[in-house]
Amino acid sequence: MTKKQLISRLAQIVVVLIGISFLTFLLTYMSPGDPVRTMLSATGVIPQEELVQSIRDEMGLNDPFFTQYFRWLGNCLHGDFGESFSFGRPVAELLSARLWPTLKLTLCSMVLMIVISVPLGMLSAVYKGSWIDNLVRGFTFLGISLPNFWVGLMLMLVFCVWVHWLPVICSVGDFKSMILPSVTLAIAMSSKYTRQVRTAILEELSQDYVTGARARGVAEWKILWLNVFPNSLFPLITMLGLSVGSLLGGTSVVEVIFSYPGLGNMAVTAITSCDYYLIQGYVLWLALIYMAINLVVDISYNFVDPRMRLKR
Amino acid sequence: MSQMEKKKNFFIEHKTFTIFGILAILLILTAVFAPVVTGGVSPTEGDLMKAIQPPGPEHIFGTDRLGRDIFTRVIYGARVSLTATFSTVALIFAVGTLLGILAGYFGGAVDAVIMRIADMLIAFPGLVLALAVAGIMGASIRNAVIAIALVSWTKYARLARSLVLKIRNRDFVAAAVVTGSRTPYMLLRYMLPNVLPTLIITAATDIGGMMLELAALSFLGFGAKAPAAEWGLMLNEGRTYMESAPWLMVFPGLAIFITVVIFNMLGDSLRDILDPRNEEGGA
Repeated sequence: MTKKQLISRLAQIVVVLIGISFLTFLLTYMSPGDPVRTMLSATGVIPQEELVQSIRDEMGLNDPFFTQYFRWLGNCLHGDFGESFSFGRPVAELLSARLWPTLKLTLCSMVLMIVISVPLGMLSAVYKGSWIDNLVRGFTFLGISLPNFWVGLMLMLVFCVWVHWLPVICSVGDFKSMILPSVTLAIAMSSKYTRQVRTAILEELSQDYVTGARARGVAEWKILWLNVFPNSLFPLITMLGLSVGSLLGGTSVVEVIFSYPGLGNMAVTAITSCDYYLIQGYVLWLALIYMAINLVVDISYNFVDPRMRLKR
Repeated sequence: MSQMEKKKNFFIEHKTFTIFGILAILLILTAVFAPVVTGGVSPTEGDLMKAIQPPGPEHIFGTDRLGRDIFTRVIYGARVSLTATFSTVALIFAVGTLLGILAGYFGGAVDAVIMRIADMLIAFPGLVLALAVAGIMGASIRNAVIAIALVSWTKYARLARSLVLKIRNRDFVAAAVVTGSRTPYMLLRYMLPNVLPTLIITAATDIGGMMLELAALSFLGFGAKAPAAEWGLMLNEGRTYMESAPWLMVFPGLAIFITVVIFNMLGDSLRDILDPRNEEGGA
């Protein structure tokens, strides 16, 4: 990736972020719920019309749409994402506090996913058409069709309620409480990834150099691990990057099930209580992280595949 | 007669497709004739005297905290799930195809606007936005459908656009324009038939995934609302009773799983039939 491409990518990220922020702001602006009423009801005050209006004036909610939007955007640029009323703390502080647990969960399930799907995918590709392949493919098919929230609930039922091995409620920093959420996420992800590993390895195995190496009598394991695997890393890393992104957004369901104190769980609370600043902050943050990861993935090609450095 | 034989051969040749096609039809019929299948038991009214009963001869899947029969609710749940899923897929299919064809055919500003919006949505984890949209618009099945459609049409638009671009500059298209074909006619008669096969395959393989996403939204409380009989919602209601009444979670979950398996198998086999290049079942 050249300098020019990097700059254009960064510019693209800025454009998308502005687009996303506008979209979420527009949505919250048009939404039928009234944050002031929700806020007052939450604190036990009966929302009278005059009170609601005076608070709306104070918060600037009666200003024209674009005034509100640019004021909010300007504040965001200064790191001020507003105050979350359902948690009673600044949004920026909440987001940074909740980010690490979610990242930790994502990393755990990614590691688990790689440990499961790389060997399985390779086995399935090497023994293509045999019973091993059919078995692996059968499992991945079932894994893709399973609703992950149901898997989570069932695991919880078995391991927490029936055999009491693991705690039902997660606490941060506790390794034991990370096990079930990670496993739940990894099951669905690794089913998809195993298929992708299989396709990538099969693609590489059909290349001429593999036939050549075989003809020269190079040991099969050497071909597989020293040639085929490194060469198929390219598509695999792309998919890995994509799965990190979908994991970051997709953890909410699992976080809710296991009462895991992460970003997704907080987002669900924010949405159910019409906590608009928090929703907007959350969406922006995730968009930023997601695009940053994709950028890192693209840059990493330069290291994985020397051809990329020459080509561009 | 020979026509009949050909048809018969088709179904015998593609056994997986036939089997799962029949299963899918059975599922749809069960949903349509839910009142008959459940023998007229109401899915939303229960007998509080019979709350939280384990599966037995009277209630084969047990009852929930309001004494409602779980079997009945699971059967009625198929109605909600199937309708919502099919409308989502149809909506995405229609919007994506239309925008994709327009972008590909007209190019220029139309293309730029449509594809920049698509890029923006793609550069973003879909479920996050769907969650926000569904939550902000208020919980209902209709809003959940809109939310998922809003973030998923891009895939179809990109596909349709690339397929249109492939034939846009071919001679027969130019010939049709020169001989005076009107633009709507061009779009319908030349562009649409060209993109349909690929997009239908995509739609067929997407049904299962869409169903899972809708169920997840309902599970989080951003889809169907109580007292509706919807599988995701039932799982959410049942999870508080995990210890005392696990059957509240087992059966709705199984229902989702089985339905998704059937439609995934159907979609995959349809793809294998229509698009032999994809036989590997890869990405």
